[in-house]
Amino acid sequence: MSQRKGFYLLTLLVVLLPLLFPDNYFVTVVAVSAGLNAILAVSLNLLMGYAGQISLGHAAFFGMGAYTSAILTTKFAWNPWPAMVAGMILTGTIAFFMARPVLKLKGHYLAMATLGFGIIINIILVQAVGLTGGPDGLGEIPTLSFFGWQVDTDLRWYIVIGSCMLLVVWLALNLINSRSGRALRALHGSEVAAEMMGIDTTATKTGVFVMAALIASLAGSLFAHQQSFVSPDSCDFFFSIELVTMVVLGGMASTYGAVFGAIVLTFLPELLVVFEDFEVMIFGAILMSMMIFLPQGMFVGMQNLLQRLTHRRSALPGEDPNEPA
Amino acid sequence: MWDQILQFLFTGVTVGATYALVALGFAIIYNASDVVNFAQGEFVMMGAMCAVFLYSGSGLPLPVALLLAVALTIVLGMSFQRFAIARARGASVVSTIIITIGASIFLRGVALLLWGKDILAMPHFSGETPIQLGRATLLPQNLWVMGGTGVMVLAVHYFFHHTTLGKAVIACSCNRTAAHLVGINVGLMMLIAYGLSAFLGAMAGVLVTPITFTSYDAGVMLGLKGFSAAILGGMGNPMGAVAGGLLLGLIESMAAGLISSGYKDAIGFVVLLLVLFLRPSGLFGKASAERV
Repeated sequence: MSQRKGFYLLTLLVVLLPLLFPDNYFVTVVAVSAGLNAILAVSLNLLMGYAGQISLGHAAFFGMGAYTSAILTTKFAWNPWPAMVAGMILTGTIAFFMARPVLKLKGHYLAMATLGFGIIINIILVQAVGLTGGPDGLGEIPTLSFFGWQVDTDLRWYIVIGSCMLLVVWLALNLINSRSGRALRALHGSEVAAEMMGIDTTATKTGVFVMAALIASLAGSLFAHQQSFVSPDSCDFFFSIELVTMVVLGGMASTYGAVFGAIVLTFLPELLVVFEDFEVMIFGAILMSMMIFLPQGMFVGMQNLLQRLTHRRSALPGEDPNEPA
Repeated sequence: MWDQILQFLFTGVTVGATYALVALGFAIIYNASDVVNFAQGEFVMMGAMCAVFLYSGSGLPLPVALLLAVALTIVLGMSFQRFAIARARGASVVSTIIITIGASIFLRGVALLLWGKDILAMPHFSGETPIQLGRATLLPQNLWVMGGTGVMVLAVHYFFHHTTLGKAVIACSCNRTAAHLVGINVGLMMLIAYGLSAFLGAMAGVLVTPITFTSYDAGVMLGLKGFSAAILGGMGNPMGAVAGGLLLGLIESMAAGLISSGYKDAIGFVVLLLVLFLRPSGLFGKASAERV
C-alpha cells in the first residue's frame, strides 16, 4: 500500500463514518477520543518508531498543553487560540531544554528518565492546587470557535479533531520522506554511522523530541476544550504507557500503524465493558497475547503477511512480470 | 531535631528495604533475560494479597499462610516466564516491556476480581509494642523488614557467587549459547531466575504489609520505585540495586519529613534524573561503550 493511497483511504474513512452512522455513540464520542489518541500516537511514533528513542513520559507534554489552555482560559480569561499557542510555546521550550541531557541516555536509562519526568509533572499538577485545582482538576473550560462557528456539538468536535488528525498524519508522512526524516531513520539504525555521514545527531534528536512535544501539546489543548474539564488522571503515567502501547501494538515505524493502534486501544475497553468485572483481566491478557504472537505489531504484522501471500502468488513461474523471458 | 531525623532514618530504611528487594528482583530478571519486568510490583502485591486471604479468609496459622502465599507467587513468576516471556524470545525491548505491562494489568485484574477494591490489613508478626530508641520509636515489624531484607540480600549474594546453580544462572546471562554448549539447561535457569525474583517480591510484600496495608493496586508504585532504585544503582548490578533502594527510601523519607510529604515522590525522581544526567549508567553501574 503506497503512502498516498493509504492517506486517501484514511480520509475516506474519516469522512464516511459520520455519514453512514450519524448518531452512533461510537462515532461521535469514542471516535473523537480515538482521533486525539491517534494524534498523540503518531507524534510519539516519530520519536520512538523512527528515531528509536523510547519515551515513557509523553503524556506529560499532553498534560502541559491541556493545563495551559485550561488555566489561561478559565483563570485569566484568555481567548482559547492564544492560550493554545502559549501552551505549545511552554511545552516546546521545556522539551527543548529537556532534550539534550535526556536524549544522551540510552535504552532503559532513557525509559526511566522520561518516566520520571512524566511522574514529576503529574505530581506538580496534583500538588499545585492553587493553580491547577489539584486532584479535582479544572472544569468549565470554554469551547473553541472558528470565526463565530462554535464547536459545541459532538459532530462538530468530530470534524475538528478528524481534520487535525489527518493534518498530523499528512505532516508525519511528509516529514519521514524528507531529508530530516531520512536522517532520523539513519540515526535509528546506528548513531555512530549517522554521525559519520555528517548528520548532526544531537540536533536531529532534539528536533524530533520538540516536534513530538508540540504535537502532544496541541492535542492536549484540543482535549481540554473538547472535554471542558481536565484532571491529573488524564495525563498520568498510565496514559504514557497506553500511548507507547498504541505505537507498539500498531507496529513501530509505521504512521498508519500508530493510527491503527490508537483506534484499537480506544475501542477495546469500550467493547470489553460487557465483561464487567473481568474487563481489566481480559484487557491485560489481550495485550500480552498480541505482543507474544505478533511482536512486530498488528498492523505491520498483517501487512507483512499480506505481502508474503501476494508475493508468493506473483512469484509462480511464468507469472512474474520481472522474470526474464 | 536529631530525634526527628533518627525517626525519618528508621522509616527510610524500612521503606528502602522494600524498594531494595523489588530492585533486586528487577536486576536478577534483567541480568538473566534482558527484560525490564514491569510486573515486578505485582509480585509484591500478589504475595501480600494471597497471605492476607489465606490468613483471614481460610483461618490458617500466620506462618503457614505466609509460606503458602510466597510459594504461590513463585509458581506465578515461573509460569509468567514459561508461558509469556519464553514464547516471545527475539521480540524487541519495547515489545517485551509491553508484555510485562500486559502481565501486570492481568494480575491486577485477577486481584480485583478475587479480592475487590478494599484496602486489606495483616497482623504484625510479633506484636505492636513500640520500641523506644532515644526519643524515636520503632515497631517490631520494622525490625522484621530490615532483618528479613538483610538475610535475603546476603542469601542472594551467596547463591550467585558460591553455588554451582547460581553461577550457572550468571553464565546464562553472560552468554546464552556458550552456557548451553557447556551443558547448562538454559530454560531451567530462566525459570529459577524468575522464581527467585518472584520470591523476593512476595517476601517484600508479606514483610511490609503489616505496616503499609495492601490493595489490588499496591504494586504499581512499588514496581516503579523498584525500577528507579535498580536504575539508580546501575542496572545489572544486583548489589547496586540494593544500595539504590535504600538510598531512594532514605531520600524520600527525609524529603517527606523535612520538605513536603506531597512532593516526596517527585523529589525522589528529581534526584534520580540528576544522577542520570551526571552519571548516565547509574551510581554503581559500569559505563558501557557502544560497539559499532
